[in-house]
Amino acid sequence: MTGEVLVLAESSGPAFRKAALEAVTEGRRLADLLRVSEIVLAIGNGLKDPASELGKYGADKVILADDPLLAIFHPDYYRQIALEAIKRVNPSIILAAATSTGKDLAPRLAIHLDTAVASECTHLEMENGKLIATRPAYAGKVLLRVKVNSSPSIATLRPNVFTAREAVPGKKPTVEQIAFNRPDSRMIVKEFVTQGAKKLDLTEASVIVSGGRGMGGPQNYKILEELAEVMGGVVGASRASVDAGWRPHSDQVGQTGRTVSPMLYIAAGISGAIQHRVGMINSKVIVAINKDPEALIFGFADYGIVGDVFEVVPALTREMKAFYGKT
Amino acid sequence: MEGRRSLKIVVCVRRVPDTAARIRIASDGKSIDTSDAEFVINPYEEYALEQAVQLKEKHGGEVTVVTLGPEKTTQVIMKALALGADKAVHLKVDKIPEDPGSIARAIANELKGSEFDVLLFGKKGVDDDNQQVGPMVAELLGIPCITQIVKLDVSDGRGVAHREVEGGSITVETTLPAAFTAEKDLTVPRYASLRELVAARKKPIIVKDVQLRALSLEIISVQNPPPRPPGKIVGKGVDAVPTLVKLLHEEAKVI
Repeated sequence: MTGEVLVLAESSGPAFRKAALEAVTEGRRLADLLRVSEIVLAIGNGLKDPASELGKYGADKVILADDPLLAIFHPDYYRQIALEAIKRVNPSIILAAATSTGKDLAPRLAIHLDTAVASECTHLEMENGKLIATRPAYAGKVLLRVKVNSSPSIATLRPNVFTAREAVPGKKPTVEQIAFNRPDSRMIVKEFVTQGAKKLDLTEASVIVSGGRGMGGPQNYKILEELAEVMGGVVGASRASVDAGWRPHSDQVGQTGRTVSPMLYIAAGISGAIQHRVGMINSKVIVAINKDPEALIFGFADYGIVGDVFEVVPALTREMKAFYGKT
Repeated sequence: MEGRRSLKIVVCVRRVPDTAARIRIASDGKSIDTSDAEFVINPYEEYALEQAVQLKEKHGGEVTVVTLGPEKTTQVIMKALALGADKAVHLKVDKIPEDPGSIARAIANELKGSEFDVLLFGKKGVDDDNQQVGPMVAELLGIPCITQIVKLDVSDGRGVAHREVEGGSITVETTLPAAFTAEKDLTVPRYASLRELVAARKKPIIVKDVQLRALSLEIISVQNPPPRPPGKIVGKGVDAVPTLVKLLHEEAKVI
């Protein structure tokens, strides 16, 4: 008998992460294919109306674990909650977002359930009752189709690849609570420190304005920050500028940095070396601004402007301000 | 030397194709042809190894490298020994399996019953990008594991790590023994001197043949990613900006 689809939905403050809602939408699709229910484990602290929120994205039932100790990911706490939910549901498929939380938790669950995880999937399908996942490897230089041979099959979904779709307005899933009894743990999660004023992580942003060696120095990133601000985006960086100490590693896009897939990626003064390319090639639209018309980046950007970033970027900021002012 | 006792540190490293290598699909359509690739220590494990050596320099102790891989992994092991590891255990297999659970079980079997304080991994292999082995080994051994760390301090039988997460970092404290997986910012790896490269040849390498269990995760096929449609140069300099904004709005519909 095919079990249900269980989605682990993590949150940030009172709201679910966008990547979690993407997983709930995809879970709905798989549940329909398998003709089973979608059950969502909502985990966090002080979640705002979790049932209606998750119902909109297709959840049939919500298992709720809401506790001050669950505000920040703790491996032992989250593992206990997830295993309890899995015991209640007996799912054949478990989905989570491929966030720092999902990527930490999923392999742990796989050991406890004696099964496997397909990581950072970009596409899922069912074949003879088995989950087949497409996932990038070698930083996206190739795509693998992988099969999980054991049950339940676990997959983590790369953020910004699947669409979070409000499909079922007004749907009210049933809610079941999990009481959180703090387990013994040898780890203490102490504090969360935000990185400056930046609220959004690169992997969650829908607009990224990235700067490379062509920015000339750390002080010049201000013009990228202004453009990002106008567009509601965040600033990224190439490996060259991170290795030069201009930007923190958490800003790095590329093979040893973040893999991103925003709606719009603006590359300023970035040449487009392979290790950068693999980190951003799945952006929906790529814009390149570079004074070198021969720069590799123009080979795979959708739109290019050949010009000086110190002139073009401020002009773009002004134009975007005018554009957003109108709409 | 500070702290009450010296540290036993284990670093698990993986042999991977260099990140600059061109990746070709093998003729079977379900694996990668690495015949002409340069192989290196997985970059994330270089950060981990550097952390291990720094901990040893501070607290005293011993660094053991554990690696699972084919015969040719010896070259990567020699590099790790030159970078400051004291000895190595080579779990020999024909090829690194595609199922991280299979790798994790072989490593956990090796470590079960052995004494260590700190167990380090890279956060992921830059080849399969699975990012699973570290926490899997820790779960199999029943020890704490803190993933994606950018800072680690060890004293008095405890470790304090900063893990990098979306929008910031989280400080986590743990008892030892514990496992940690390294993010790029953890350390800046050193270079091995010629003298160290020579000295590495005298360090012990224990080679063991291991049996892997059946795979729970299997590759069905490998494909090249779809090419991006060719783009266009909108124009030169500031004059092109209004056209770009118009195209992003009307054609690409992303603003």
